[in-house]
Amino acid sequence: MNAIEINHLTFGYKDRAVLHNVSLSVASGQMVGILGPNGSGKTTLLKIFSGLLRGEGELKIKGKNIQSYNRRELSQLFAVVQQEARINFPYSAAEIVLMGRAIYHSPITLENRHDLEVARTSMDLTDSLGFADRYLHELSGGEKQRVLIARALAQEPEILLLDEPSAFLDLRHQIQMFELLLRLNRERGLTIVAALHDLNLAALFFPRLVILCDGRIHRDGAPGEVLTENTIQEVYGIRVRIEHDSASQKPQLFICPAVSA
Amino acid sequence: MKVLDRKKLILVNSVLLVLLVISAAACSLLGPVRLDLSQALTHLFSGNTDAEILLRARLPRVLLGVAIGGGMATCGVVLQALLGNPLACPQMLGVSGGASLGGILGIIFFPNWLFPLAIGRLGEISWIPLAAFLGALLSMILVYRFSLFHGRLHPYHLLLSGVILNSFIAAIIMFLNSIVDFYQAQGLLFWLMGSLSTRAYLTVGFIWFYILVGFLWLWSKGLSLNLITLGEDAAMHLGVEPGALQRQVFIASSLMIGAMVSVSGMIGFVGLMVPHVMRLLIGSDHRLLLPASFLGGGIFLCWADTFARVLLAPAELPVGIVTAFFGGPFFLFLLYREGRRSLAL
Repeated sequence: MNAIEINHLTFGYKDRAVLHNVSLSVASGQMVGILGPNGSGKTTLLKIFSGLLRGEGELKIKGKNIQSYNRRELSQLFAVVQQEARINFPYSAAEIVLMGRAIYHSPITLENRHDLEVARTSMDLTDSLGFADRYLHELSGGEKQRVLIARALAQEPEILLLDEPSAFLDLRHQIQMFELLLRLNRERGLTIVAALHDLNLAALFFPRLVILCDGRIHRDGAPGEVLTENTIQEVYGIRVRIEHDSASQKPQLFICPAVSA
Repeated sequence: MKVLDRKKLILVNSVLLVLLVISAAACSLLGPVRLDLSQALTHLFSGNTDAEILLRARLPRVLLGVAIGGGMATCGVVLQALLGNPLACPQMLGVSGGASLGGILGIIFFPNWLFPLAIGRLGEISWIPLAAFLGALLSMILVYRFSLFHGRLHPYHLLLSGVILNSFIAAIIMFLNSIVDFYQAQGLLFWLMGSLSTRAYLTVGFIWFYILVGFLWLWSKGLSLNLITLGEDAAMHLGVEPGALQRQVFIASSLMIGAMVSVSGMIGFVGLMVPHVMRLLIGSDHRLLLPASFLGGGIFLCWADTFARVLLAPAELPVGIVTAFFGGPFFLFLLYREGRRSLAL
């Protein structure tokens, strides 16, 4: 079954269209990377998936029209890791992760033992248990990101949406995070859709890539089919050389700038 | 993992409740006239001077102060959470200004035909709070609307439009003040400075009722308030409908502010200081922060009012002067600290 299915979806802010007639379906248990230059509509697409924005056209979640879900039901299906999370109040990392459980208990009760257990497991998975009691605003960008991923996991979602999840991470934590996503996808059947910037990492970890350009789907398929020298030239306007890694057979980009040091 | 559990919830609130009861008792005994507690208690029902002062003058005033301090602190907490701005408070946002204007219009245009002499006091607990409630709600909606662009709330605009609305309303109030007769003007002025005075138990009871209703309503939204501090998008992803929450918080806090302002005028800075101190002491989980701030606000205003009564005895300061005296420097300190942390403002 399709976890997410959109047909002929168009979305625009007042004066400018962001997505044009996009059709895309993501099967349950799939792991999809969304690529594209800045302003190509990646973030907007994710916001439409999670019901934050509403476009014109059809959007079905698990075969049912999105309008038939209420906010709480949607948040039990979807967890979202946003690009920027601004938190002005002193919450500890553990408190932030526990907020992911809010969708399961009554608004006037405290979290029960099971909620605490899920939160602890999620923090353990993202390697963030070590700073559970520190304030979020004291953490580094990378640590904060791991806490937010832990919160998303604490929601026990069926679909995980991530908007440039590796933006603030150093290389080691980027790799760790993508490995974690891959593991969650394989072991728990979690459907994952992520907007990504790093094409090489996307090619390594995501079996299916979708390239957006000017609000339209430009390419959709396995990394080997999607990442070609021509496509990159068309979409990003830069010249690259693509070689296939001998061990993994995944395509990797080498950038060929007009000028280099 | 240190998170809010039942033990902490009960412990913190019990400690604060005990402190509140002790403060209320102590403040009822302190005042320009020395009160002999044993005399007052032994003659509690037969009625000697000590008992009269305690029951008729001090106790209703202390009870009113507790309710208003608690209500102001509660409103500060929820507005700060909702607007994602730790510097928001009813006064800064022009909300208590709006309530004052509403209340003043209520006083000036008091429909005597609706409340004949015998039940004139009912106006004090129904008509004027209602007018102040509408004033608070309108100004809240106005400030909110003027800081909302493309569905995003801008903290800068929020504080600025609040401050501007406040001065605008102050001008209208001063205008009204200069066209009403002398005695009314005196009364309005004292009221505007923010003062507690002894009220009938009926009034105190009704004010407590309005404030408790608002408080319980807001407390039941504690978890949603936690989530809304993460931003509207994140809150929606965690199952909150921001629009519905905003509406409920605006109405509930306007109800409280209207009731408070109608009896005591604008008592500033309680709603700013108490929530901050409480966050430092017990954390930001609103399920605990709300009752703790209510109790803490009660304690604070109880003592501030005693200070105002005793300092220049037998003359009396408006309590708003005492709270502003502590609150002004505190606000500047916060602003400076926030600036250094380069947070949202």
